[in-house]
Amino acid sequence: MNTIDPQNFQTISEASVSVEIETEDMTLNIGPQHPSTHGVLRLVAKVDGEKVYNVEPVLGYMHRGYEKLAEVRTYPQITTLVNRIDWVAGFSNEIPFIAGAERLMEIEVPERAKQIRLILTEMARICSHFVFNGAYALEVGALTPIFYAMEDRERVLDLIESVTGGRFHPNFNRIGGVKPAAGSGPTTKKNIQDLPAGFYRDTKIAMDKVIEAADKFQNLIGGNEVFHKRTKNIGVLSKETAEAYGVSGPILRASGVKSDLRTQTDYLPYDKFDFEIPIGQNGDCYDRWDVRTREMIESAKIVLQAIEDMPSGPLQAKVPKVIKVPAGRTYVRAENPKGEMGYYIVSEGGLGPYRLKVRTASFSNVSILPVMLEGALLPDLIAIMGSLDFVLGDVDR
Amino acid sequence: MTDVLIKVGFVALAALNGAVIFTIMDVKGASWMQRRPGPLHVGLRGFIFPLAEILKFVQKEDIIPTDVDRPVFKWAPAYVVISAVALFAVVPLSPTLVVADLELGVFFALAISSLSTIGVLTAGWSSANKFSLMGGLRAAGQLIAYELPLILAVVGVVIQAETMSLVGIVEKQIEWGVPFAFSGQIVAFLIFMVAATAEMMRVPFDMPIGESELTMGFMTEYSGIRFLIFYISEYMSMFVLCAIASTLFLGGYHLPFLPVEWVNIYGPISLITKTVILGFILVAVRWSFPRFREDQLQSLAWKFLIPASLLNILVTAILKVVL
Repeated sequence: MNTIDPQNFQTISEASVSVEIETEDMTLNIGPQHPSTHGVLRLVAKVDGEKVYNVEPVLGYMHRGYEKLAEVRTYPQITTLVNRIDWVAGFSNEIPFIAGAERLMEIEVPERAKQIRLILTEMARICSHFVFNGAYALEVGALTPIFYAMEDRERVLDLIESVTGGRFHPNFNRIGGVKPAAGSGPTTKKNIQDLPAGFYRDTKIAMDKVIEAADKFQNLIGGNEVFHKRTKNIGVLSKETAEAYGVSGPILRASGVKSDLRTQTDYLPYDKFDFEIPIGQNGDCYDRWDVRTREMIESAKIVLQAIEDMPSGPLQAKVPKVIKVPAGRTYVRAENPKGEMGYYIVSEGGLGPYRLKVRTASFSNVSILPVMLEGALLPDLIAIMGSLDFVLGDVDR
Repeated sequence: MTDVLIKVGFVALAALNGAVIFTIMDVKGASWMQRRPGPLHVGLRGFIFPLAEILKFVQKEDIIPTDVDRPVFKWAPAYVVISAVALFAVVPLSPTLVVADLELGVFFALAISSLSTIGVLTAGWSSANKFSLMGGLRAAGQLIAYELPLILAVVGVVIQAETMSLVGIVEKQIEWGVPFAFSGQIVAFLIFMVAATAEMMRVPFDMPIGESELTMGFMTEYSGIRFLIFYISEYMSMFVLCAIASTLFLGGYHLPFLPVEWVNIYGPISLITKTVILGFILVAVRWSFPRFREDQLQSLAWKFLIPASLLNILVTAILKVVL
C-alpha cells in the first residue's frame, strides 16, 4: 500500500528541503576507444561535473604476451619481438636485450657497431619526441604542430630506414654487433659496407633540421600563451612521489632529478660525447614538455658528434653459428625515450631464455596516474595523461 | 507570395553559399598553414570539394542509437541550423537589398543566435552518452556566458548609432565617415569578435566539441545527414556572425569614394569581402591556438569581457551625452 500520511509528508518535505541536494558521481569510462589515450588504455574516472575524483587505469587491452612468447624463441628471434614493445622508438628496445645476451655470453662488441647502435638509438629518441610534441599539442587542442612534427620526423625515419631497412621495426641488432646496412651495396665477405652511401651528409642535414625543428616547437608551442595556461602548474609531480613510484625518464628529470642511465651505465659508449641532461624545476606538464624538446636538441648534438668520429673496424664480433647463451642471469637497463627499460634474462644454457622479464618505462609511468589525477579537471586529465607520453605497447607488452 | 518565396530562397541560398565559402577557406587555410596538400583533386583545385563532402554525408547511414530520446535527438540539429539561417535575413547587402530591414534588427539577430543553445543542449542531453552530455553542458554554459559580452558589446554600437536597425547602423557610419571600429568602438569590436568565436564554438573556445577530451562533444552520436547539419551550421553561423560584425563595426556594404547610386552593385561585394577577411582571422586563429580550459573560458567571460564591455557602454554613453 502506498498511502501518504499528511503529517509524515510534512516532515519529509521539510527535511528534504533543508538537506542539500545529493548528486551522484558519474563514472566516466575514458577509453579503451578514445582519441587521446594513445591506443587502448582505459581510465575509469569518477567525475563530478568536470572534476575528477578518482581514476583507475585499466591495463591489458593490448597484452600480447611477449614475455611468455620469448621463452619459446631463440635469442636472434627475440629482437623482432622486442621491436614491437615501444613501436614509436623501435630501435631502442633492442639495445638492452642484445646487451644483456652479450653480457651473458661475454662478447666484446666492436667499437664501430656500438657507435652505429648509439646513433640509431638517438635517432629513435628524436622520433619518439617528435611524436610526443605533435600529439601533446593535439591533446591540448592545437591541431597544427603534429603536421610539422610528422614531416620533420619523416626525415629521421628515412635515415633509419636507409640503414636498417625498416622504419619502425628495424630488427637490426645481432648478438655481437649489427647487421650490414640495407642500402650499402653487395655484401660479400670481403667487401662489407656498413653504412649506406651518403649517410654522413644526409645525417648532418637531418640533424640540423631537427635542431631547427626543436627551436621551432619551442617558439610555436612553448611561446603560446594558451599553452602556458593549459600546462603550467598543472599535474605537478614532486621529486619524492616520482621516485617512490618508480617513474623514470624525462618525467623524472622534469621533476628535478638528474637521473639519466646514459651517463650512469655503460650499455653504449655515451661517455665519449659531450651533452647536457635537461632537467626541469617544477615537475609540471610544461616542464615535461620542455625537457623532451630540449632533449631532442641534445640527441641531435650527440648524433652530430658521433658521425664526425666513427671508429673503423668490423661490425661483428666472433660469435658461434648457433647462439647458445650460457646459464646465468642478468639485468641490463637502458635509457629509452620513455624512461628506463630493462630486461632480466634468465638463461639455462639453451637456445632461448628460460624467462625474460621486461621492465618498461610506460608501465611504471602510467601507475602514477591515479595520484596525479586526483582532483584534476577533465581537460587537465587529458593534459596530464598526454604529458606522461606513454605508448600502450610499452605498457602492456 | 512569390515575394516571400524569393526571399526564403535567397536566405537559404545565401546561408549555403556562406557555409561553402567558409568551408573552403577553412580547409585551404589549414592546408596552407600546416603544409599539407588539402583537398586538391575535386574539381578546380579542390574548390568544389564541399559538394563532395555534402554528398558523402548524405549517402551515409543516419544512425540513431537505441537508447536516445528519439524525437529530441532528431530535432536537435534543426534548432542549430534554423538559428544560423534565420540570421541571414537581417544582414543588409545594400540599403534596399535586404530581406527584412527590421527596426530591431540587432536585437533580432542576438535573440535568434541564442536559439542554438537549445539545440546543442538537447543534442547533448538526448544522446544518452556521457561525453555528449558533458559537451552539451559545456556548450550551454559557454553560450550563456558569451551571450552577455556579445550583447553588451553591441549596446555600445546601438548607443552610438541611436538605432537598432542594421541598415540604420550602416547609414550612421556613412554619416560619421569612419566605421565604428575606428571611431570609438574598437573595444566593442574586439569583444564582439572574441565572444562570437566562443559563440561559434571554434578554437580556442571549442571545449563543447573538444575532440581530444570528449571525442566529439554533443555531436558524438550523430552521423550522416544530421551530423552534416551540425557541421554546416557551424560554418553558416561563422559566416553570418562575421557578416554582422562587419556590418556593425566595419561599415557593412559601404565603401568610401564610390558613388552611392551604385551601392546595389558594390554593396554585396564589399560586405562579402569584409566578411571573408574577418573569417580568415578566425581561420588563422583556429589553426594556431590550443584550446582553453572550461573554467578559464568562464573566467575570461565573467571577469574580463563583461566588465570591459560594461565600461565600454559607460564611456560611450558619457561621450554621447557630452559631445
